[in-house]
Amino acid sequence: MKELLAHELGMVYQVPKGEPVTALHDVSFELEGGRLLTLLGPSGCGKTTLLNVMAGFLAPTSGGVFLGGEPITGPSQDRGMVFQQGALFEWLTVAENISFGPRMNRVRKGEYNETVDDLLETVGLQGFGDKRVYELSGGMQQRVALARCLANDPDVIFMDEPLGALDALTREKMQGLVLQLWQETGKTVVLVTHSVEEALYLGDRMFVMAPRPGRIEKEYELPFAKIGLEVEPRELKASPEFIETREEVLSMIWDMEEQIMGGSN
Amino acid sequence: MAGGFGEGFGSGVSDGATLGLADKVGPFSGGGGRFKRRSDNKTVTFGDSSAVHSKPLWSLLALILLMAAWYLTTHAFGLPGDVIDAAKAEDSRTHAAAVEKHQEAVDAFEVELAAYEVEAEEARAAGEDPPDRPDGPGKAPRKSPTSDKQFVTACNADPDCGKEAYTQIFRPTQLPTPRDTWNGFFTLSTVGFRNITIWEHTRVSLWRVARGMFFGTIVGVPIGMAMGLSSRLKSLFDTPVELFRPIPPLALIPLAIAFFGLGDRPAVRLLIFASIWIMIIAARSGTQAVNLSKVRAAYSLGASKWQVLTRVVLPNALPELFTGLRVALGVSWGTLVAAELVGTDDGLGAMIFAARQFFRTDVMVVGIVIISVLGVLMDIGLRFLEARLVPWRGKG
Ligand SMILES: Nc1ncnc2c1ncn2[C@@H]1O[C@H](COP(=O)(O)OP(=O)(O)OP(=O)(O)O)[C@@H](O)[C@H]1O
Ligand SMILES: [Mg+2]
Repeated sequence: MKELLAHELGMVYQVPKGEPVTALHDVSFELEGGRLLTLLGPSGCGKTTLLNVMAGFLAPTSGGVFLGGEPITGPSQDRGMVFQQGALFEWLTVAENISFGPRMNRVRKGEYNETVDDLLETVGLQGFGDKRVYELSGGMQQRVALARCLANDPDVIFMDEPLGALDALTREKMQGLVLQLWQETGKTVVLVTHSVEEALYLGDRMFVMAPRPGRIEKEYELPFAKIGLEVEPRELKASPEFIETREEVLSMIWDMEEQIMGGSN
Repeated sequence: MAGGFGEGFGSGVSDGATLGLADKVGPFSGGGGRFKRRSDNKTVTFGDSSAVHSKPLWSLLALILLMAAWYLTTHAFGLPGDVIDAAKAEDSRTHAAAVEKHQEAVDAFEVELAAYEVEAEEARAAGEDPPDRPDGPGKAPRKSPTSDKQFVTACNADPDCGKEAYTQIFRPTQLPTPRDTWNGFFTLSTVGFRNITIWEHTRVSLWRVARGMFFGTIVGVPIGMAMGLSSRLKSLFDTPVELFRPIPPLALIPLAIAFFGLGDRPAVRLLIFASIWIMIIAARSGTQAVNLSKVRAAYSLGASKWQVLTRVVLPNALPELFTGLRVALGVSWGTLVAAELVGTDDGLGAMIFAARQFFRTDVMVVGIVIISVLGVLMDIGLRFLEARLVPWRGKG
């Protein structure tokens, strides 16, 4: 598994009229292959920016990102991306969406058909292959997005608030699916979320980020994701360790929010 | 009747940014629940536009009312009875007077002729030359009895002769009755008008629109997409597009005639001009409407630039392209008929214009009805295609 390395990343947005925005300042980390990293932080702290830089959609203004020692200069199929919503191709069926990656890489039909069927089963959408994506619920659509990303067998999967638009119940189910896929495929996953609980439950590692300038405020090594599938999720989330960490992180984020409010008033 | 036609025309003249508005209005719009009984139990529906459905029976009623109004106006119903009676009385009086006047002339001539016969007999008996006949070659033509005789014969044969009052109230040149129009349609579709059948005129018109739309689309769409994809091309084309777009194609007809002369090709060129800007703008906004995450998703799935263009940007723009097509078709149809009025000698517009010189109002009305019905049919056809080809429209 390839390791993901960020080296002194900096990202400054030039704003036409006004001060440049430092979305990322001196962000460095090493992420071993096969880990699930969650990014948490108040709105505007640069989570999406960091993800877009690592995915290769944005070039950093300083520093660089490396995957397995190779510098990242643009998007590539070895780094998949799952968006919050609206990134599925509604003119294609579910199966065609999933096979989009292989087809772009000119894989023959006979070869990817099996992959598509397997993936439909993995994400729990057997029999939905011929449906149009707009006929599916939001949760099912995110399942398709996960499957589409996996079809290319990428090294790393980035997810920007993938469950953010779902209702609480669907969201909990989908968290289970993310954990299951991560454990089964052993892929490196970087997941951005607004929910402290989700970051703790899914993250095998977690960065709490802070704004102005966007930076990594604190790093956590977390035990919950590894046992997340064996234990009842509700019980796990009610355990003293979980609650303790959750309160600690929450108060840290509240402090940041207060500073932002104080600073802007 | 002219829902699609008028609707398309209106949107075309207005801003291109409102292209999407052309959708979902008019009596034939799609939308769920059409021809179905409402199954929801909404208690408050006034102001809820989703509760407004098509009611086919009401549409039929509108059609019947339209035909009835036509029938009534062309049959002078609704005029007060005594006005019509007075006109008829006046007419029978003028009819009798006209016959009487001419009959008097004929009678007077008979008398004159009899007098002449006597005179001529006397002269011959006296061995002198007889005088000239009153209707002879040397006499004034008005002395000739033939015209008066013919008038009397004709007037007795024609029930409308000398009747003016009634036809003043109701002149057949005002609007042909539905029956006249139907008869006109029948003649037009078999014998034709000036030896060209209505089908031929229709075919010529449709073929012109098809060519104009075809070239307008295959040139306009790539330009519009290029504008949506490249800052340089956008800046390059922006000025001409913005300057040419507001010109009503009708305003160019005189110039087109001066440049290209009369005929088929200038008409088609005018139609290209009518549709190309609409298609450029539809393609441009359709291209710009693509969601950034879709494009990024495609790149991170290994798509090349060309694949992003053909597999993401183009299908994503299809709904807007269809709206553009519908607007362009409406504008083209209207422009074409106007261009044919003055610029060609075949096609529906030309037929209507030629009929004017012969006061063939039935031909005019048949032409107008065909234009309206075809406009609606073409729009329905495009809507049907749209529902088939871009079922995801509005569901992104
Ligand atoms: N294209 C841009 N141009 C200028 N400033 C930008 C741009 N994109 C982001 N920013 C700024 O950079 C900062 C970080 O933005 P970013 O979207 O990465 O935050 P985020 O952590 O993802 O926030 P959220 O949780 O709300 O999604 C913000 O202050 C934002 O205003
Ligand atoms: Mg974000």
